[in-house]
Amino acid sequence: MAVVLVDAGGTNIGSVRYALQRLGVDAALTSDAATIRAADKVILPGVGAAGPGMARLRELGLVELMRSLTQPVLGVCLGMQLLCAHSEEGDTECLGLIPATVRRFAEQPGLRVPHMGWNDLSARRQHPLLRDLAEGEQAYFVHSYAVPVNEWTLASANYGEPFSAVIARGNFHGMQFHPERSAAVGARLLKNFLAL
Amino acid sequence: MLSRRIIPCLDVRDGQVVKGVRFRDHVAMGGIVDLALRYRDEGADELVFYDITASPEGRSVDRGWVEKVARVIDIPFCVAGGIRSVDDARAVLHAGADKVSVNSPALERPELVAELAAAFGVQCVVVGVDSLRDADGEWRVRQYTGDPSKTRALARRTLDWVAEAQRLGAGEIVLNCMGSDGVRQGYDLEQLNAVRVLCRVPLIASGGAGAIEHFRDAFAEADVDGALAASVFHSGAIAIPGLKRYLHEQGVAVRLGPCDRP
Repeated sequence: MAVVLVDAGGTNIGSVRYALQRLGVDAALTSDAATIRAADKVILPGVGAAGPGMARLRELGLVELMRSLTQPVLGVCLGMQLLCAHSEEGDTECLGLIPATVRRFAEQPGLRVPHMGWNDLSARRQHPLLRDLAEGEQAYFVHSYAVPVNEWTLASANYGEPFSAVIARGNFHGMQFHPERSAAVGARLLKNFLAL
Repeated sequence: MLSRRIIPCLDVRDGQVVKGVRFRDHVAMGGIVDLALRYRDEGADELVFYDITASPEGRSVDRGWVEKVARVIDIPFCVAGGIRSVDDARAVLHAGADKVSVNSPALERPELVAELAAAFGVQCVVVGVDSLRDADGEWRVRQYTGDPSKTRALARRTLDWVAEAQRLGAGEIVLNCMGSDGVRQGYDLEQLNAVRVLCRVPLIASGGAGAIEHFRDAFAEADVDGALAASVFHSGAIAIPGLKRYLHEQGVAVRLGPCDRP
């Protein structure tokens, strides 16, 4: 199985690659359109801000390519947010594959932004991506922007209000947390993606 | 609910994990990867690696071990020590670290915090603050604490520095209370509370853990997001699974292992 990591400059790309290696999958790091198109699975990692993330995809000429993919695609953290229509972060037009807007967490007393740490995942729909996920299992989040719960939300987490932790529309999937840094739970969810 | 984090801190010197008392007289505790794996298995929520020799010697952190840790560890980890530029930070983040922590170099040149936040996002940028109460009752920051012969007391007030670091783009503050570090009498709740009031980003308590009650106090009384400790974990005086069960019973939200979940 050919798994590729789209090299859009995210700093977590090495960690995601190592996490896949721990699952026995050697993923190629690439920004080459033909290699991405030919892959069985495509992962878009990402850490950083939406504006530079989209700018990098545009620079690499990958925007239309990403939109045209038909194999399972997984966006991680910022990668998930880039799959959405629009982000409040820098008022950025994103890939538009999931019709949702990425919003900044509203600061409230006792609610620190960024949302950083382990939080509960709560399944809202049945989906092969969530296979063997038990209620109350936790994943590691680090982010200041989030996708509100919508009809594409597979699992939510709660921080002041519920937000999308796992999302899917057709072949496009997203995880707001870092599966590569979420211990056994994260490994299981990555494995589920590889099995799609 | 977001869990409070338990964070073992591994002070690294010459490729070994060390721990001293009050930042002095460091003794070797073991290999980096071995200890990292042990803490992952025990349920640590995150790890911090401080290269305590890097900053005073004016060199950046040695990246070899960062990549080794990143390959085997599946929980987040932060690297600190001698990161003085965006390039230094990029090298460490690309080697697989999730966050970088800056301390002395940020005091030399506070714009470093803003540069790191612009390049990688605030979520990658931790500002470590070494703080000690002076004779006049004010908490002030210390610089180059990795080497007692080079440690400097600054005129900068701790509370001012925390406010400035946030304004510049710190995504998390680690407050090392040097007066309580290594003596195991509990975290400095007074100081943590004073910083908590003006800290809108996650705040991590550091320095003073000696008993499981100290962790509860830091979470329940100073509302910190995470508690960092070193020697009590390295020595085995406190085991993380038991600590987490205790905190859970005390009503502190923590991440439990599969066997402990209700």
